[in-house]
Amino acid sequence: MIKIKDVSKSYGSFPVLKSCTTSVGKGDVVVICGPSGSGKSTLIKTINALEPIQSGEIWVGDTPVHDTRTDITKLRAHVGMVFQNFELFPHLSVMDNLTLAQIKVLGRTSDEASKRGLKYLERVGMAAHQHKFPSQLSGGQQQRVAIARALCMDPVVMLFDEPTSALDPEMVGEVLDVMTTLASEGMTMLCVTHEMGFARRVSNRVIFMDHGAIIEDCSSKDFFAKSEERSPRARDFLAKILSH
Amino acid sequence: MSLDLHFYSWSLVTDYLFRGFVFSLKLTLTATFFGTVIGTFLALARLSKKTYISHPAAAVINTMRAVPLVMLILWFYLLVPLFIGRSIGAELSAYITFSIFESAFFAEIIRSGIQSLPRGQTQAAQALGLSNAQVLRYVILPQAFRQTIPILLTQVIVLFQDSSLVYAIGAYDWLKGFEIAGKNYGRPVEAYLLAAISYFTMCFILSRIVQELKSRVSFNGSEA
Repeated sequence: MIKIKDVSKSYGSFPVLKSCTTSVGKGDVVVICGPSGSGKSTLIKTINALEPIQSGEIWVGDTPVHDTRTDITKLRAHVGMVFQNFELFPHLSVMDNLTLAQIKVLGRTSDEASKRGLKYLERVGMAAHQHKFPSQLSGGQQQRVAIARALCMDPVVMLFDEPTSALDPEMVGEVLDVMTTLASEGMTMLCVTHEMGFARRVSNRVIFMDHGAIIEDCSSKDFFAKSEERSPRARDFLAKILSH
Repeated sequence: MSLDLHFYSWSLVTDYLFRGFVFSLKLTLTATFFGTVIGTFLALARLSKKTYISHPAAAVINTMRAVPLVMLILWFYLLVPLFIGRSIGAELSAYITFSIFESAFFAEIIRSGIQSLPRGQTQAAQALGLSNAQVLRYVILPQAFRQTIPILLTQVIVLFQDSSLVYAIGAYDWLKGFEIAGKNYGRPVEAYLLAAISYFTMCFILSRIVQELKSRVSFNGSEA
C-alpha cells in the first residue's frame, strides 16, 4: 500500500536519507528503529510530505506523494500522524482538537464530527476528558487524545514518530496499549520507536536504519531471533538497547 | 507664585477636555484596530519564504520603526496635499499615520508570537490535512495572539500617550484640551499639572489591567 523507492534527501551536502527503498502492505505493523540521527523520523515524515524529498518515489495507494501536482492536503487528511511531543492544539479543548480537521478538511458537520470524536475518545479511554484543555492532561493522556485525533480522519495508515519518547515511564504502557489494540484491529502502522518489547510483540516487520540508509528490513521474528544473521551495526544497536 | 486650582470644575471637563479625550481614544482604538489587521499581514509577509514578499515587508517595518512618529505625522500631513491637491484634515491624517505606524510595531510583536510557537504545531496541523491558510487561521494565529496580547496592550498604552503628538498638526486631542483651557483661564501651569495627573492615572490603571490579563491568558502552565 505504501511504496518507497530510492528516496534520497540531504540538507546541503549532508545526506539524511540515502536511497531508501521499502514497501508496506495493508495491515502491516512496521517498526523503524536505529540510533538517533539515523533518519527514521525523516523517513516517515516523507510519507505525508512533511519532509520534502529530492529524489525517488513515494506512493500511498495510488497517490504519488513525490509528484508536485498531487494535492498534498488531500493525502495528509487520510494519513494519520502521531508526534513525539503530542502537538495537541493548546488553545482548543480536547473535543475541538478532534473536530477541527474533520469539519474544516473533511467537511463534516459539527454534530457528525463530535459523534465520531466521542467514539474514538472512548476507544482510547479519554471520553471523560472531552471538555478539558490539553494542559490539564498528563503526557500519556495527551498522546492518547492525539491518537484519537488522527483516527477521526479515517486514516488508511497511521504514522507514529517516537510516540512514547517524551513520556514518563509509567505512562508509556497506556499509549502502547492503545497502539497494540489498533494493530490487532488491522490498522496499517509505521512506528518509529525504541520500544523493542512492542516491536517484538506487536510488529510483524522491523526496519533498522543507520546514517540515513535502511540496513535491515526483515520480519520482526527474524530480527530478534536470528541475530547472528543481522549486520554488525544492527547487532551493536540491539545489544545496547536490550542490555537494559 | 502659587497654584490657583479654582478653574478645576465640571465645566472644564465638558467644555474643553471631553472632546479632546474622545478624539485621543478614537485615534488609539482606530490605530489599534488597523494596526492589528495590517500588522498581522505584514508579519506574515515578513515570515514568507518568498523574498520578493518578505524583503519589502521588512523594509516597510524597519523604516516605520526607525522614523520618529512626530516626523511621520508632519510629513504625512504636509506631503499628502502636494500629491492629491487638497488637505485631508488633521484628524483623518492622524488616523492614517497612526494606523500605518502602529502596524509596523504590531507586526514585529505578532511575528515574535508566531515564531515562539513550536514548529510541531504547524506540522501537526498540516498532517491533519489543513491548508496553509487554515493552519494559520485556526492553529497558529489564535495562539500567537493569545501569547502576545499583554505586549500588544502595553503597546496600546504607549500609543495612547503618543496620541498627544498630534499637537504637531494642530488636531484637538486630550492634551490640546488642557492646553486651551489653561490659556483661556490664564492658568497654563495648573492645566498642565492636571494633564499630567490625568494621563498618569489613565495609563496606570490600564497597565494594571494588562498585568492582570497577563496572568490569565497563559495556558495554565502548559508544557514548555
